[in-house]
Amino acid sequence: MSEQQHIDHDALSELRGVMGGDFVILVNTFLQDADDRIHHLRQGAATGDVENVRKMAHSLKGSCINIGAPELAERCRTAEQRGRDGDLSDIDACIGAIEEELIAVRAALESFQGS
Amino acid sequence: MTTDSSATIPLRILIADDNQSDRMILKAILTRHGHEVIMAEDGVQAVAAFEQQRPQMVLLDVLMPNMDGLEAARLIKAAAGEDLVPIIFLTSLSDAESLASCLEVGGDDFLTKPYNRVILRAKIHAFQRMRDLHQSLQDERDRTDQRNRQMMREQALARRVFDNIAGRGCLEADNVRFEASPMSIFNGDVLFASPKPSGGMHLFVGDFTGHGLPAAIGALPMSEIFYGMTAKGFAISDILREMNRKLQNILPTGFFCCAAMIDLNLRSGDAEVWNGGLPTAWILRHDGTQDELPSRHLPLGILPGERFSAACERHKLALGEHMLLATDGVIESSNGEGEMFGEERAVAAIGQRRAPDEGFDCLRDAAHWFGEGVVSEDDITILDVAMVQESALGALEHEVLPDTGTGPEQWRLQYDLRDRSLAEFNPVPLLLHVCMDVPGLRLFSGDVYTVITELFSNALEHGVLRLPSGLKDSPSGFSRYYSERERLLGQLDSGWVSITLEHQAHGDDGGGTLLVTVADSGPGFEFREGASSLNHEQLSGRGIALVQALCHDVRWNQNGNCVEAKYTWRSG
Repeated sequence: MSEQQHIDHDALSELRGVMGGDFVILVNTFLQDADDRIHHLRQGAATGDVENVRKMAHSLKGSCINIGAPELAERCRTAEQRGRDGDLSDIDACIGAIEEELIAVRAALESFQGS
Repeated sequence: MTTDSSATIPLRILIADDNQSDRMILKAILTRHGHEVIMAEDGVQAVAAFEQQRPQMVLLDVLMPNMDGLEAARLIKAAAGEDLVPIIFLTSLSDAESLASCLEVGGDDFLTKPYNRVILRAKIHAFQRMRDLHQSLQDERDRTDQRNRQMMREQALARRVFDNIAGRGCLEADNVRFEASPMSIFNGDVLFASPKPSGGMHLFVGDFTGHGLPAAIGALPMSEIFYGMTAKGFAISDILREMNRKLQNILPTGFFCCAAMIDLNLRSGDAEVWNGGLPTAWILRHDGTQDELPSRHLPLGILPGERFSAACERHKLALGEHMLLATDGVIESSNGEGEMFGEERAVAAIGQRRAPDEGFDCLRDAAHWFGEGVVSEDDITILDVAMVQESALGALEHEVLPDTGTGPEQWRLQYDLRDRSLAEFNPVPLLLHVCMDVPGLRLFSGDVYTVITELFSNALEHGVLRLPSGLKDSPSGFSRYYSERERLLGQLDSGWVSITLEHQAHGDDGGGTLLVTVADSGPGFEFREGASSLNHEQLSGRGIALVQALCHDVRWNQNGNCVEAKYTWRSG
């Protein structure tokens, strides 16, 4: 999978223009926040708390859209839908897919910051 | 990158989002636009921050811990009260299904992720215009409220001014009853009553066209004319003519005053009535019948002076008989079904009376009962006046004419009226005015008025016109007497009355003696209605008896066509 598909370079350039010197903090905040959300997502999945799954996935989806990580947002949306439907049968796979994509996004963002 | 702040008036904006990175992005965009940003991480914090810092706009995430955006929006809208605080929900395009509930709780718009600073700025501008419009509407409403309160204050003030001028009459006299709201003047209704210097009273009911201040504005000159001229001894017809002239001059076309005026003569037991445009009034008789007093003239303020008629109807009233007048607010009041009270109901209502003095209550109660809960009582003006003995009224507070106080004390004046001038002009107010210039004499204006009036009437009616006074003693003769008087005056082309007034000050005690001499062109006693004796009572009726009671010396010349009365007064 190429870096281009994991993050939206145009959106990130725009964001860097808006944030100025705080762009680095924003990226770090996003990554830290994403880790937290995934942790809570796992907890929700383990306890069968469909509402918590929905909320965590929804929230992470929102920040992914804003930061310019469309594929990661799409995978969060799938998990959010599972929570909304109350169907957690494949939730572990969904979370796995999110974690996998997050690794790629993290790498792409670090690369983007250095560019 | 340029800052965008120059195009925007800075706002205080609250951001509530549980997602830190999203908050950071929004804050960065808004700060760059020059706005002040307050941040909250959930709904509870958002409501608290709103209450403490009163931001002008709120950006709310929908899904938040503790309290979601929907509930927070409801509470914020409630806390904002009348202020317009736009709430923009932060959503993803994929969350479309939740948008409806966002609107239901009072959300004003959405901002979709990813945040776009151009769109956000456009939305904020749009809301700023909306806020400005809302604010100017509220300011306008507040100004209107304030103007309204101001107007009420001014009306109350105008009412006090009016009362100072008009409230000095004798509406509180024992034989007068009336129903009129304190603010009725702003419906254009006026009620005046004033004692006449010669005894008896003038009463006036008026109903100006229109409502509010325009309707009230004519009331001031009306009351000035009514009270001023009545106090100076002018007759009802002179007063009506002056009112008509004044209103015609000051009121614009289409504005006029429906009115009725009564000259109540308590001594002779008769009343002169003029009705121009008011509903039919009534005389309530002892035998349970009522005489109608319909409008026979156009309202005041319409006809030019030369076409205006102040002709009155004259009616005899026995003691205890009443006259009842109402403005058309009574007749035209309507009930819940939109039906008018109407004259028929009014007549039926007064038909319930068991005695003349109950007519007022019958009419008032029926009108109130009919319009219960519909008509404002402001619109109902009713006047009732009873014929009573003058002595039963006690002392009415007379209008005290302003004391010019500096006039001469020793003087003599001769005033001759002849031919048509004698028929058309009443010299009494003018002569009274001269007398009132004598310092101190104004306190006796009633006496002076009576002496001059009675002697002049006597000379004109019995001397020049040769009317037999005995005619006045029976009710039918009474009206014949006055129609005959009118007829003879209309034909009068020769004859004269000469009035001489002479005043001497006493010097020591501040009083004086007014000598009133009245001569006429008539043939004198010897030739009047076959009377050969010098029985003044019989010859001249009650008027001369009054003069004799007031003056310590009244004497006729040998012919009986010149009388001299000596009126003596003492000050203090």
